[in-house]
Amino acid sequence: MTAEPLLSVDNLTVQFRTDTGWLTAIEDVGFSLGAGETLGIVGESGSGKSVTALSLLRLHATATTRIPTGTITFAGQNLLRLPSRALRRIRGGEIAMIFQDPMSSLNPVLTIADQIGETLALHQGLDRAAARRRAIELLDLVRIADAAHRVDAYPHQLSGGQRQRVMIAIAIACRPKLLIADEPTTALDVTIQAQILDLLRDLQAELGMSVILISHDLGVIAEFARRVLVMYAGRVVEAAPATTLFRRPMHPYTSGLMQAIPPLDADVHRLPTIQGSIPDPARRIPGCRFSPRCAEAQPTCRITAPSLVPVGPDHLARCPPRAGAAR
Amino acid sequence: MNLRVLNRLALRLAQAVPVLLVVAVVTFLLMHLLPGDPAVVIAGPEAGAEAIERIRHQLGLDRSLPEQLLLWLASLARGDFGRSLMLNQPVLVALGERLPVTLSLTLVSFAITVPVGVALGVLAARFRNTWLDSAVMFLALVGVSVPSFWIAILSVILFSVILGWLPASGYVPLSDGLLPWLLALLQPAAMLALFQIGFLARMARSATLDVLDQDYIRTARAKGVSEWSTIAKHAFRNTLIPVVTATGIILSLLMGGSVVIEQVFALPGVGRLIVQAILTRDYPLVQGTLLALAFLFVAINLLVDVIYTWVDPRVRYG
Amino acid sequence: MAEETDDALAPRRRFQLIRRLARHRSFRIGFIIVAALTLAAIFAPLISKFDPFEMRARIRFRPPQAAYWFGTDNFGRDVFTRCLYGARLSLTIGLGTALLSGAIGAAAGIASAQFRRIDAVMMRLMDGLMAFPAIILAIGLAAAMGPQIGSLIIALSVAYIPRTARIVRASALVVRELEFVDAARVAGASSLRIIWRHLLPNCMGPLLVQLTFVFAYAILAEAALSFLGIGPPPPAPSWGNIIAEGRDQAVDSWWIMFFPGLAISLATLGMNLLGDGLRDVLDPRLKVET
Repeated sequence: MTAEPLLSVDNLTVQFRTDTGWLTAIEDVGFSLGAGETLGIVGESGSGKSVTALSLLRLHATATTRIPTGTITFAGQNLLRLPSRALRRIRGGEIAMIFQDPMSSLNPVLTIADQIGETLALHQGLDRAAARRRAIELLDLVRIADAAHRVDAYPHQLSGGQRQRVMIAIAIACRPKLLIADEPTTALDVTIQAQILDLLRDLQAELGMSVILISHDLGVIAEFARRVLVMYAGRVVEAAPATTLFRRPMHPYTSGLMQAIPPLDADVHRLPTIQGSIPDPARRIPGCRFSPRCAEAQPTCRITAPSLVPVGPDHLARCPPRAGAAR
Repeated sequence: MNLRVLNRLALRLAQAVPVLLVVAVVTFLLMHLLPGDPAVVIAGPEAGAEAIERIRHQLGLDRSLPEQLLLWLASLARGDFGRSLMLNQPVLVALGERLPVTLSLTLVSFAITVPVGVALGVLAARFRNTWLDSAVMFLALVGVSVPSFWIAILSVILFSVILGWLPASGYVPLSDGLLPWLLALLQPAAMLALFQIGFLARMARSATLDVLDQDYIRTARAKGVSEWSTIAKHAFRNTLIPVVTATGIILSLLMGGSVVIEQVFALPGVGRLIVQAILTRDYPLVQGTLLALAFLFVAINLLVDVIYTWVDPRVRYG
Repeated sequence: MAEETDDALAPRRRFQLIRRLARHRSFRIGFIIVAALTLAAIFAPLISKFDPFEMRARIRFRPPQAAYWFGTDNFGRDVFTRCLYGARLSLTIGLGTALLSGAIGAAAGIASAQFRRIDAVMMRLMDGLMAFPAIILAIGLAAAMGPQIGSLIIALSVAYIPRTARIVRASALVVRELEFVDAARVAGASSLRIIWRHLLPNCMGPLLVQLTFVFAYAILAEAALSFLGIGPPPPAPSWGNIIAEGRDQAVDSWWIMFFPGLAISLATLGMNLLGDGLRDVLDPRLKVET
């Protein structure tokens, strides 16, 4: 990579406190993202993709979370070392975030104007009237009809899709350099999903921001991201440009995910699924964490933990047998 | 106020009617459980059987129970709560004299309870799992565990007898000035508030923690809002919703507790009245006072409902 | 089917619950306090060599000292001994109220949840009873029924039944919508069987939690009633009437009313801690922090 990336994450490990001790939610996660780029993070629920996203802004509960290793470098500064005051300036300013459930992510007792206005007041120092005017513009921008009236509504008066648009409006209010979208369409109807993705794509082009899109849905990722990170049980198992990944998936887990996407052109009665389910994070699995579910697992897979190795140009995977075959 | 709010109020009013009816019937039955015969009490120790019979007839006690109940309900509907035997005056008049004292006590105590209880609860939640949280929650637990009249007597010994800072007993009407009124009520109200403060602090803490776990709090933090503003702006109003709901319970507890506290501080309120009435077997007075208190309570709950509507916009607008 | 799995899981689950309770700090403290007070009440004659009723004019108003730990009262009776024996009455009233209001409250709550026709009437009745502040209702009833322990227990129970019934009804309403209840219904189980095998066991958690708090309230309420002169009459000691009797000497002989009040506070604190622990462990919905 020639230019300094906007965001680079290295060796990030996050642990949560539980009744029985510290539980490792993600381990040794690393990736980088240039200005204007789009990264997709895909994985089942529990794979650690949301934990990764929340750690970028240190949104985990401080009392029960620790980050023993790792750096998160954004625009030249390590976010993990930043004092909380400086971090707050970045939150909602240079890095914004939207969440999965637009029903619960908006405060039920504040109007839309209040909630968009808060970001504007915090980061741009706008007064109430100016913030309200800007909120209306933003609602227009996210294509909410009748913005001038809708701005005074309470969240429960809007539909799910509209609420997610409001969340997006809040996120882009201060023209962030990076937008993190954590499962932004999962809670929505299929038709609304497509509209929201279109909106995000247009806004990205218009505002020139980088986007990290997190989803369990490889279809959504395929449509949106240029580069893809596949996560499984708290680790990155494969990283590649979207086109490479979809043409030539290297990790058996990625292949499994891909077979589970319903093809558009054929009638299928039963989609192939990956055997078994994601392991309980409290249980340590020796060797490759996917090996208990992997059809191609070899004896060594269950003993030595594989590392992420290059398997092609700009293509990493955590599967030694396949990597060996590729070479 | 819009149509929705009015509808809701109308519904609540309609729901209050059967409650009031139950209250009246329960009070009536309660009084007929009382051992002894009111007619004997009224007639006095020297009265003959004939005189007692005459009084019984006058009071309608010789009729059947359902008949008496209907008669009583009819007089209630006319606003006639009966006449006190002990005080020889209408129950409503006696109540009218005593109610300001009890209301003053309850009001001052409520004014102490709510800010202190909510502040302690929010503070404990903000510093959850720290020593401050533990200390506040232990104090709250002590508050709900200590008998109010006992701590009140101890307080009188300390602040009135030994230090001489506050009056030990008696009531000063508001018409004599705000400060004397407040000074007379300060100690009883504070003692009365202890239990409710503990109750409210525990509740406010868990309500705040609940709210702090919500997704929209995460949204606020992701926007760059500071920890305290998150609590003040985003959590507090949502915390208030369960707190407002609890206001009814708190007022009920305060009214119940005032009976005991009025006794300790010799305040001439409704609580003292009801105890005197029970001890002297003044049936109409007991009946009327119980009923009035229950009616008051139902009215307060209606009021709470209005406030609730104001705090939670989900109720205000469809 | 559903019932078999229920049975197979029950003992293990119960064991786990006990282990989690034993690990819970406030439950442990509460349990120790309550157990200690209960033992003290049971073994009162072994702990104190004095007679709680014996009046000795020569040793009136003695302050706390080695021979009389809590001092003596205006009749020369040993306050420590009276507190020990008073624990019997106070704890009996607390336990009796918890059991009686629990039994009736559970029956009323479950009947409301299971039979919709009873529900409307029952809940209006409970609303009506709840319109009286609990203590005032108890005062009225206690006065009406006379000052025996039995009637005190009944009076306090009536005052606390509505809240208990509401809690049981609320959890029974949730349980009866669950699949295994439907399954039992489809399998032809009678209403009574559904209540006994499914609703009641699944409401036990919230009920138990509520009853520990009722126990605590009842101890406080007994004290308040005694103080107002409507409680168990002297000379039989209860914590409440020892305070009531000692009140007139509160300034000069503070110990007479001080120690029984401390005993009440301790017992109530213990029950409250116990209830908090139970709630954390049995009712994970309400669990906020470990």
